[in-house]
Amino acid sequence: MSALIQIRDLVMRRGKRTVLAIDSFEILRGERLTVIGPNGSGKSTFLLALAHLLNPASGEILFEGKSLTHWDELKYRRKISFVFQDPLLLDMTVEQNVGLGLKFRGVEKDEAQARIMKWLKQLGIESLAKRRAGQLSGGEAQRVSLARAFVLEPELVLLDEPFSSLDPPTRAKLLDDLSALLAEDHRTAIFVTHNLKEATQLGSRVAVVMEGKLRQVGTIRQIKAKPADETVAVFLKELTN
Amino acid sequence: MIFDSEIWQITILSLQVSALATIISLLIGLPLGSWLALGNFRGRSFMLSIINTGMALPPVVVGLVVAITLWRSGPLGDLNLIYTPIAIIIAQTIISAPVVTGLTAAALEAIDPRLQQQLLGLGASRGQMIWLLWREARLPLLAALMAGFGSVISEVGASMMVGGNIKGQTRVLTTAIVLETGKGEFNQALALSALLLVITYLINLALTSIQQRGARR
Repeated sequence: MSALIQIRDLVMRRGKRTVLAIDSFEILRGERLTVIGPNGSGKSTFLLALAHLLNPASGEILFEGKSLTHWDELKYRRKISFVFQDPLLLDMTVEQNVGLGLKFRGVEKDEAQARIMKWLKQLGIESLAKRRAGQLSGGEAQRVSLARAFVLEPELVLLDEPFSSLDPPTRAKLLDDLSALLAEDHRTAIFVTHNLKEATQLGSRVAVVMEGKLRQVGTIRQIKAKPADETVAVFLKELTN
Repeated sequence: MIFDSEIWQITILSLQVSALATIISLLIGLPLGSWLALGNFRGRSFMLSIINTGMALPPVVVGLVVAITLWRSGPLGDLNLIYTPIAIIIAQTIISAPVVTGLTAAALEAIDPRLQQQLLGLGASRGQMIWLLWREARLPLLAALMAGFGSVISEVGASMMVGGNIKGQTRVLTTAIVLETGKGEFNQALALSALLLVITYLINLALTSIQQRGARR
C-alpha cells in the first residue's frame, strides 16, 4: 500500500501553546487508523489539520505526495469528508442533509438522489428520508451524519469521536455498523476516540497521542503487550478499567 | 386632507423611501455583519462595538450630520441632494444599516461555530458556507429586517432635517404628523398616525408569518 498522507515535522499551535508536534508519520491508502489519547491531547487538532481546517505553525502534511499548502484548498477538501462528535445537521430534511456535499460539488440531481438513497439504506435510515433533522434521535442524527460523509465517496474520511455523545446501546450498534461498513468499503479512514473498545474494533493500526506527541503506533495488541513508556501503560490501563 | 390624493402620495413616498433604505441597509448589513461574525481579525471586537453603538444612533444626530454634508455649502453640496427624497434615503440608511449589521452579526454568532468547520469539511466553498449559515439563521435575520424597517418607517427627526417636509416632494407620514400636530389639527394627525400604524403592522404581519412558517417547519 502506498502512503496517502505523509507528515513531516508538523507543529500545531493554539496561540503560543504547542498543542501537537509530530516529527514523521505516514498513513497508508486504504488504512483504518484509530487515534487514541486522553482529552486535550491533540487528537482533534490532528484531524482538523488533516482536513486543512487548521494551518500548521510549521512543518507540512502531504496528500498524495503533494503538500497541503500546494493543494487548491477547495479541491483538497472535496477529496475528504469529516464527521464531528455532534451530528451538526442543518434545519432541513434528512435527504437534503445527506445530499449537501453532493450539492456543493454540483453532482447532477438524479445521480445525487440515487447516491443519497443508497447510503440512507446502507445506514438503515431510508425511512427517515423526508423527516426534518430536528425530529431525529441522537443515534439517528449521527447515522445521517455518517451517510452525509460516506455519500461523497471520499478518498479520506475523518471521524472525530462520532459516538461519544450517544447512549451505550446506540453506540454499540452504530459501532458495529460502521465497522462493517469500513471493512467492506476499503476507504482510508482516521477515527479519533478515547474508547479502547472502539479503537480495537475499528482500527487496523492505532496511534497513541498524549500531550501533543505521537507516543506509539501499532496494533492494539502490540501496544498493550509492550507500551512505549510508563505513561502509555498507565493510560491504557485507565482505558481498560 | 384625509384619504385625498395628497395622503396617498405621502404614504407611497414613505413606503418607497423606507423600503429603499431598508434594502440598501440589507445589502450593506448582511455581508458586513457576516464578515464581523465569521471573521477572525484584529479590531473585530472594536468594530462590533462601533456597530452596536450605531444601533442606538439618535436620528436627529444622523439628520444633522447628513444635512451638514449635503448642505449647499457642504462637502457634497454640489450634488443638490438636500431636501430631496434621496437625502431622506441616505439618512435612513445610516440609521438602519447598523441595526441590520449588528443583528446579522448576533444571529450568525449564535450558530455553533463548529458548523462552519463541518460545512467546509463537507466541501463547501466560502460562499456556499455563508449562504447556508444565512439559511440556518433565517428567523433572526428576518427579525433584523423587521427591526431595520421599523427603525426608519417610524423615524421623524432625520427625515424632517434633510427632507425639509416639502409638500408633494419630501413629505412623509411621520413629518406630516408633526406638521398637523404643530397646526393643532389633531384629528388629521391622529388619522395619519393610525395609517402609519396599520401600514407598519401589515408589513410586520407579513414578515412575521413568513418567519413563523419557517419556525414551525
